Amino acid sequence: MSAVVTDHEHEHHDHKPSGIKRWLYTTNHKDIGTMYLVFALIMFFIGGAMAMVIRAELFQPGMQFVEPNFFNQMTTVHGLIMVFGAVMPAFTGLANWMIPMMIGAPDMALPRMNNWSFWILPFAFLILLMSLFMPGGGPSFGWTFYAPLSTTYSGDSTALFVFSVHIMGISSIMGAINVIVTIFNLRAPGMTWMKMPLFVWTWLITAFLLIMVMPVLAGVVTMVLTDKYFGTSFFDAAGGGDPVLFQHIFWFFGHPEVYIMILPAFGIVSSIVPTFARKPLFGYASMVYATSSIALLSFLVWAHHMFTTGMPVAGALFFMYCTMLIAVPTGVKVFNWVATMWRGAMTFEVPMMFALAFIVLFTIGGFSGLMLAITPADFQYHDTYFVVAHFHYVLVTGAVFSIIAAAYYWLPKWTGHMYDEKLGQWHFWCSLISVNMLFFPMHFVGLAGMPRRIPDYALQFADFNAFISIGGFLFGASQLIFVAVLVKCARGGEKATAQVWEGAEGLEWEVPSPAPYHTFETPPVIK
Amino acid sequence: MSKTYEKYYVPAQSPWPIVGAVALFLIAFGAGNYVNEVTRQQPGFGGYMLAAGFVVLIFMLFGWFKNVIDESMSGLYSAQMDRSFRQGMSWFIVSEVMFFMAFFGALFYGRVIALDWLSGGSNNAMTFEILWPGFEAMWPLVKTPGGIETQAMPATGLPLINTAILVISSVTLHFAHTGLEQNKRGQLKIMLLVTLLLGMIFLGLQVYEYIHAYRDLGLTLASGFYGNTFFLLTGFHGMHVTLGAIILLFVFFRVLKGHFTPEKHFAFQAAAWYWHFVDVVWLCLYVFVYVI
Repeated sequence: MSAVVTDHEHEHHDHKPSGIKRWLYTTNHKDIGTMYLVFALIMFFIGGAMAMVIRAELFQPGMQFVEPNFFNQMTTVHGLIMVFGAVMPAFTGLANWMIPMMIGAPDMALPRMNNWSFWILPFAFLILLMSLFMPGGGPSFGWTFYAPLSTTYSGDSTALFVFSVHIMGISSIMGAINVIVTIFNLRAPGMTWMKMPLFVWTWLITAFLLIMVMPVLAGVVTMVLTDKYFGTSFFDAAGGGDPVLFQHIFWFFGHPEVYIMILPAFGIVSSIVPTFARKPLFGYASMVYATSSIALLSFLVWAHHMFTTGMPVAGALFFMYCTMLIAVPTGVKVFNWVATMWRGAMTFEVPMMFALAFIVLFTIGGFSGLMLAITPADFQYHDTYFVVAHFHYVLVTGAVFSIIAAAYYWLPKWTGHMYDEKLGQWHFWCSLISVNMLFFPMHFVGLAGMPRRIPDYALQFADFNAFISIGGFLFGASQLIFVAVLVKCARGGEKATAQVWEGAEGLEWEVPSPAPYHTFETPPVIK
Repeated sequence: MSKTYEKYYVPAQSPWPIVGAVALFLIAFGAGNYVNEVTRQQPGFGGYMLAAGFVVLIFMLFGWFKNVIDESMSGLYSAQMDRSFRQGMSWFIVSEVMFFMAFFGALFYGRVIALDWLSGGSNNAMTFEILWPGFEAMWPLVKTPGGIETQAMPATGLPLINTAILVISSVTLHFAHTGLEQNKRGQLKIMLLVTLLLGMIFLGLQVYEYIHAYRDLGLTLASGFYGNTFFLLTGFHGMHVTLGAIILLFVFFRVLKGHFTPEKHFAFQAAAWYWHFVDVVWLCLYVFVYVI
């Protein structure tokens, strides 16, 4: 608690640099966290606008608004932006803000590099977005950029795509190194491994995954570049290569990548549920082991994305069983969250509502994942809207809902004001209803055989698609309420206390709200 | 818990990261355009932008490292800070290992699976009969399914000499390190200089080998899977040796200026780790690309 006293003094002597230089030159983890979060929100709306274009085109069968090539660019860039521009930076922003405060560190371990990791990102996405305006258009081969679509059949913008992915990767790797070193080296004395909040644990493991797989992504885009421009034949059978090789390398990155986008979400939910159930987290140690198991298994399941590509039966069986095995640690987590709530004194503020929706809807996404893991069944589902439904359940109602929950949960700590609870509840219910209108019927059209990534479809899917599109527009509009809440909360509101939530525990709730510019310049003592 | 802790140094604002971000933007956007211009032989601004990006990057590195060195020399860095740097460097090397793994993975997949299937292995008899009749799986792949012919790079001769040079350079660097730790500055300077020279010789011989491959063996980047993996693996390795040599060069200048003590020499340590890592990559590369 000593930190609170010294910090109080600080509030008056805080020399916050002012103007644009504060943001360009900053080394402060809170400033950088804020920039990451604002950037992620902007990208969320740009990527969302592209999704609106996709849904507008699919509102009716036949070609309505856009050319097929432009439709392909929209699906591609929507995916790239949401994965690399919205979800990942949002989690990194949360890590920047919260990890140093949660472990009692004065800042991130390498503050200047932290700034560099952030400022690379706007430039990377500027390049990606500019490529849309090139003659021939932007990347149109899907965010998975399978060869030969990205090599033989791609446009001139491919080089820009490759280099922008390179620098996104540099940003992610530096961010991950920073997180991992901060957690290893800057924990306050007494903050032992098994006392760390789960958000810190999950991010530690996420950072490890990032360091392991982002370089592989860099490798595979490099091969795409040389195949397209310099005559190599990594993915061309005539030169002794194999297009299937592309899928192996890509998914070796790609599968851990999807856990990169969900593990921090587990950490967030594991922070929120105990607070609003007013009970300590059930099965803390098992949560840590479950997260580690998921991370390790993520390296052994990549080819479940490729069952229809073709592989020996032994390979298909291996990847099928490994994939199903992931359900075990994930089940442990869901069980623990439910057990935490069991007989708890629950209240249902907005963060808790989003966390609860996360638990239910992410589990639906998990189950459809289990269905997809069954090799023979996957032959039917592959490349249909069932897959789209599956990964949007885990990414939108999973990752994005957890990010929104985290924003509501920590907003009072960031701004010093309570958000507007009523408006927040409106945001939640509108989002919840519209997101299910949007993604749930996709399961059905998928099972009935509607292929993904095609701008047109058979007539029998028309009603469902109109319904889905309405859900999509409503979900997009609902997020405007979120922006209203954020702006209102940043400008003012009821003063937040240091603890904010009655049941909140942890170092971040012991510093005043808003958190002072510098926290824990001397390490706090942890009981 | 009454122990007092050294303050962890958090630098004030720094202009260098944003300069670095601009540099990376110029490099990526420039390279993206330059690649198109070169392959199409059109004139354009890409090359200039790329070059400008590197200039800004070098400017940034000078400024940034000058700051860090000044802070280090004025004793701002605690032992904890030193650990941060060490751990950061170690994880960076892990990420580099994974980058090379992508290319080694491609090499293994191509040799073990792709070539076997192209010549009718597993259940691919018809692929072979209809698409690539007469193709024979072999390594090095001197004749591709499409019919491009080339010659293999022998493992003996120049590559073997290069392997020896790089291994010796790792040993000399180790002696430079022990020299530093025992405060024998003479040994440190000489061994560091020898390491640098060996690195330069290695790079020179690599360039010579590339010329030999292109001119005499007909082995180019475009001569099929063997040429691809050969040039990308050795090429990225060469780029890393170049980077390692530049780092060692700056460490050498700092040694001449009297920096580093037997206890505190993170920059030297990091450069040495990097050099040893590059050396290990070469040994794997020599075995899998040249010998086997």
